[in-house]
Amino acid sequence: MTLAPELKDTSPEKLLAPVLSAFWDEDRSWTLDVYKRHEGYEGLRKALAMSPDDLIAYVKDSGLRGRGGAGFPTGMKWQFIPQGDGKPHYLVVNADESEPGTCKDIPLLFANPHSLIEGIVIACYAIRSSHAFIYLRGEVVPVLRRLHEAVREAYEAGYLGENILGSGLNLQVTVHAGAGAYICGEETALLDSLEGRRGQPRLRPPFPAVAGLYACPTVVNNVESIASVPAILNRGKEWFRSMGSEKSPGFTLYSLSGHVASPGQYEAPLGITLRQLLDMSGGMRPGHRLKFWTPGGSSTPMFTDEHLDVPLDYEGVGAAGSMLGTKALQCFDETTCVVRAVTRWTEFYAHESCGKCTPCREGTYWLVQLLRDIEAGKGVMSDLDKLNDIADNINGKSFCALGDGAASPIFSSLKYFREEYEQHITGRGCPFDPAKSTAWADSRTEVNA
Amino acid sequence: MTTSSSEQGVSLGMPQLPAPAYPDDVRARLEADARQVIDRYPDSRSALLPLLHLVQSEEGHVTRTGMQFCADMLKLTTAEVTAVATFYSMYRRKPSGDYQVGVCTNTLCAVMGGDAIFEELQEHLGVGNGETTADGKVTLEHIECNAACDYAPVVMVNWEFFDDQTPASAKRLVDDLRAGREVEPTRGARLCTFKETARILAGFPDERPGAVEESGSAGPASLVGLRLAKGETAPARVVHPRDGGPHDEQDRAVHDPSPTERLSAHDAPQETSASDPAHPAGPTAEEGE
Repeated sequence: MTLAPELKDTSPEKLLAPVLSAFWDEDRSWTLDVYKRHEGYEGLRKALAMSPDDLIAYVKDSGLRGRGGAGFPTGMKWQFIPQGDGKPHYLVVNADESEPGTCKDIPLLFANPHSLIEGIVIACYAIRSSHAFIYLRGEVVPVLRRLHEAVREAYEAGYLGENILGSGLNLQVTVHAGAGAYICGEETALLDSLEGRRGQPRLRPPFPAVAGLYACPTVVNNVESIASVPAILNRGKEWFRSMGSEKSPGFTLYSLSGHVASPGQYEAPLGITLRQLLDMSGGMRPGHRLKFWTPGGSSTPMFTDEHLDVPLDYEGVGAAGSMLGTKALQCFDETTCVVRAVTRWTEFYAHESCGKCTPCREGTYWLVQLLRDIEAGKGVMSDLDKLNDIADNINGKSFCALGDGAASPIFSSLKYFREEYEQHITGRGCPFDPAKSTAWADSRTEVNA
Repeated sequence: MTTSSSEQGVSLGMPQLPAPAYPDDVRARLEADARQVIDRYPDSRSALLPLLHLVQSEEGHVTRTGMQFCADMLKLTTAEVTAVATFYSMYRRKPSGDYQVGVCTNTLCAVMGGDAIFEELQEHLGVGNGETTADGKVTLEHIECNAACDYAPVVMVNWEFFDDQTPASAKRLVDDLRAGREVEPTRGARLCTFKETARILAGFPDERPGAVEESGSAGPASLVGLRLAKGETAPARVVHPRDGGPHDEQDRAVHDPSPTERLSAHDAPQETSASDPAHPAGPTAEEGE
């Protein structure tokens, strides 16, 4: 059942499991033709042969959990949609990938958009929806172009539109480009934005499953969650459960970035470790060592080199004090100043705070003021406790998870690198040289004359 | 045609007069487009974000006239439209250049060199954040994480990807843009103007033949895991080495670029690679490994 014996093997062929990324290296991988050559839309045929309720149960049994960060079971989300209520039901795909460090859905949609379209058709059949929306962040026009084309191809081939594959299912898909707001990745803010409003989160309950888009029952799923569904249907839930662990089954995209030798996408069973990923891919850049990293974007508490062997699944990362999040493995080496990194992330949260609730709006502002002072060598020791205190007043007390995310880098960096903050204060400035952190710092030729 | 409220300052006297309307022919054309957009949604108000992109595609920024048009089409007040237009960072509220050059300065890109690139571009172009060069070509901005961290540092031009940049490659890029030389993104299609980009964002597919295919299936970093899993050559040898050194003729002879690795025009003609030869896309070659 588990892959425990094989995990000792460090060969990438055994450790990795490309499914969604399996044919990204082929010419025109984003077209319907190529997708169909790789058993595309076969999962849909199998799904349409089931009853919608059986389909929901099947996805639930597969153990698929949300890949957008929270890890909520996908099938359960679908099950929450009330049936026979006489209201329209909606599926909204969250393609607003904006969490700092996260870069999986964009390459996925660029190279293989049909996996999402097929997943959408399956999900809509299950939840009895005849209109789905893809909310794509606006700043990625290359992906928008391919989504437009994939949707056009799917309509033309009869995978969207009226009476899909003779099943009686009618489905319309609308591709909707956002306009630049991180908060719209939060599902209820996304719904407000999709309704043509400022993207601000809604009070819950009612949850979107009861009163979502246009106050109708709505499922909001991440791109990768929905795109994983066709393979589960086509190859079976047992196949899916043969990867990963009991509570975190299946495959997922890990995104390695930063001071590593080979940044990029690595699709593997859940539970792989950062050490395994680094071992197979050439490690950190030559001559440097890992200092800190995030398991799933800037909103997940940072880790250090002590955590190289933490299994990267929902339970493993949770037990080590962080969250799996989006599996955005941002790795920073010893040339990087933690205070600088955290200051920049905090500036981001302050910029993106929607302003609706006071703890987040005011708290992120004051965190930035303190951090900028500390980074510039103008801080005092009591600022460190103040930072912690403000973060504590944001965390768990904000309207939505953006506030919790803003507190994460503060808490975790103070926990692991308090000395480095103190150095900035006692040394009256930053002891690091930012030039040494750049991608070209170690290259032999002078890049910039 | 219109001026932004920031140019007029705050006045406590007379309220602003209503914005002038679009000329009849422009209005007729935009109305036809707007109806198509509205038809995509069960509730017309959902069309507001795309319609703001649409009016931005007409004038290059969101004017009072554009907002009045959106309000008319959706039966909203101008206050409701303004509230939305001012919330989202992609709507410009003042005239700007043909090419929006956005340098990612969120933590990872900043550390990897985005800060240095942004600083050097400001100096090179003589403009600050959000400002436009005198020739009206380039508007420089720092942007937040654009979901391309495995290609850091990243620069976006009209929201197409220019991956693995350096200060030198970024300066060449803006020079080419200003000189009217064609540049090719590492991921994305040949650039169109900011206005044309805004039209795609409004939901009107790019109609240029071949645009959707350009730059191939996936960028090099998107493929490193797949290549390892397939037992293909170690990543260090999959793509070109990261260091500068003598390149080109010899590299090209042995390395026929796959569809996923396109040559970038702003480095042309003397240099290869997706971005900068001294720092190309993809993993490093590790000497001595």
